[in-house]
Amino acid sequence: MIRLIALRELRSLYAMPSTWFVLAVLQFIFAWFFLARLEAFLEIQPQLAQLANPPGVTLTVAAPLFYTAALLLMMLVPMFTMRLIAEERRNQTLALLLSAPLSGRHIVLGKFFGLLGFLLMLIVSLPLMLYTLALGTSLDHGLLLANCIGLLLLTASYVALGMYISALTTQPIIAAIGALAVLVGLWLADIGAAAADSPWHLLSPLHHFQSFNAGLLDSADVAFFVLFTTFFLLLTMKRLHNNRVYG
Amino acid sequence: MRTHILGYIQLNLQLQPPLTLSNTSPEITLSARNLSRRFGSLQVIHDVTLELKRGEVLGLLGHNGAGKSTTLQMLTGCLLPDSGEIEICSINLRRHPTLAKAHLGYLPETPPLYRELCVDDYLTFAARLRGVKSSDVPGALTHTLQRCGLDSVRKKIISTLSKGYQQRVGIAQAIIHNPAVIVLDEPTVGLDPTQIRDIRTLIRELGNAHSVILSTHLLTEVESVCDRVEIMQHGRLIYGDSSVRMQHYGQISGFIISLRHPPALNELEAIHGVTRVEQLSTEQFRVFHTPDDNSGSLLLSMAAQHGWQLEQLTPLHATLEDVFVKITGDETAKTGAPK
Repeated sequence: MIRLIALRELRSLYAMPSTWFVLAVLQFIFAWFFLARLEAFLEIQPQLAQLANPPGVTLTVAAPLFYTAALLLMMLVPMFTMRLIAEERRNQTLALLLSAPLSGRHIVLGKFFGLLGFLLMLIVSLPLMLYTLALGTSLDHGLLLANCIGLLLLTASYVALGMYISALTTQPIIAAIGALAVLVGLWLADIGAAAADSPWHLLSPLHHFQSFNAGLLDSADVAFFVLFTTFFLLLTMKRLHNNRVYG
Repeated sequence: MRTHILGYIQLNLQLQPPLTLSNTSPEITLSARNLSRRFGSLQVIHDVTLELKRGEVLGLLGHNGAGKSTTLQMLTGCLLPDSGEIEICSINLRRHPTLAKAHLGYLPETPPLYRELCVDDYLTFAARLRGVKSSDVPGALTHTLQRCGLDSVRKKIISTLSKGYQQRVGIAQAIIHNPAVIVLDEPTVGLDPTQIRDIRTLIRELGNAHSVILSTHLLTEVESVCDRVEIMQHGRLIYGDSSVRMQHYGQISGFIISLRHPPALNELEAIHGVTRVEQLSTEQFRVFHTPDDNSGSLLLSMAAQHGWQLEQLTPLHATLEDVFVKITGDETAKTGAPK
């Protein structure tokens, strides 16, 4: 059932021209940024070569590219999550799911994995692009893997939060702006807090992504993402149940 | 142990009703007892009790805002009742929602369509969602498309279809999994007369094998498709009966006759079953009779016998509108004006 709803979600996404437009634009930005970083790396490479322990191409090109992707996804994911439940409610298609023999868990997880699967395809383009460098040089596979895992976990947390906010309203646009406000708010609180041990750092998903970005697979950060995602998924299920209670 | 089992079987055999009895009273597919629901401080549904048998079409009739849609939402599990129990095919909806909902097809007021999908894809999704096995989907799909007259548009994107076709797709998703209970919320609203006729035929057809409950404020709909009517007002069921009998509600059955050589008034009154006769003109009379025995045939034969020369015999036919207004009016008078 979860798979069925996830596939329906994907099918609907692919049926919309706007999805393809966003994919194309995003791909263009990633490619542009990738080439710009590569060019910068080639320019400073002679100077880097003189250092005792120079940073490799993966750290100078791949890590910033992943960080940019993380920032862009923060802006972009709300555009996709806004539809998840708010639009079903506005178009009154939610009744189809609510009257079908499945529980709120199926609906929420189906939608979550559907959108995550879609965004995964977007994320996959990054390592594919980076692995073209392997033709000319050797890459740091560990760093790339940590970044991929980090970006995936980060996206999952964005989707869970965005879906919860989408479940709160009937207007997709409000859901989008709401999710964007929370995500950007968390990010600004993170970069605005001067003290290194400020609790704001702990709340921001992007802050927890930084260790993955540096190639560090920290179990505390993994736990944060898992908890953050689970928390909002559970809240969404609760909200969907309340839909039956409060109408 | 052996004797236990035998005893149990024996007991079961005794408990089972005789075969003939179960044939005459079809199984109850939907039963709702004492449903109540409030939104905030507003009590919307008061103590609604409903029952639906297999092969029956029940019309839920009422003004706008009477609570029809809310009741249907509760019956389909989209809304939880504050109190009361709902059973679908003897499965409690509150305790086993997924099991119970597998026997349910629901068309809400606005058909729940994913407009970006094509008809085939959407109906396949709806069928799989209701637990139709993937190997059975093509068969169910073909049958349903044919039934709802959607064959010609199966590859079209739903958003490009006309309202009538969209409504049909909505009905198709409600029946594709062959459910025992079909709940339709105003199924013919916004359709043109031909489409309305087609959909009514379809509902009538569905009513033969399934149980159908539909809400409407169109009285002709009740007249043409429903076996039974429940009238709802201010969240209460105020009247329930077969749709044929509803037409007799509060109405004194009778007809208007014109006789070229009329007899004396008391001669007409003496006919068996006739309760009262009013003279409208020298040749025209309004004859009232008891609802149970129609004295029309008797009157005809007497007119022939006595040479009254009958020219016209028109039954006094109260429209369902009159009846509905009378029933809801009676109830308002009884309970006082709506708050």
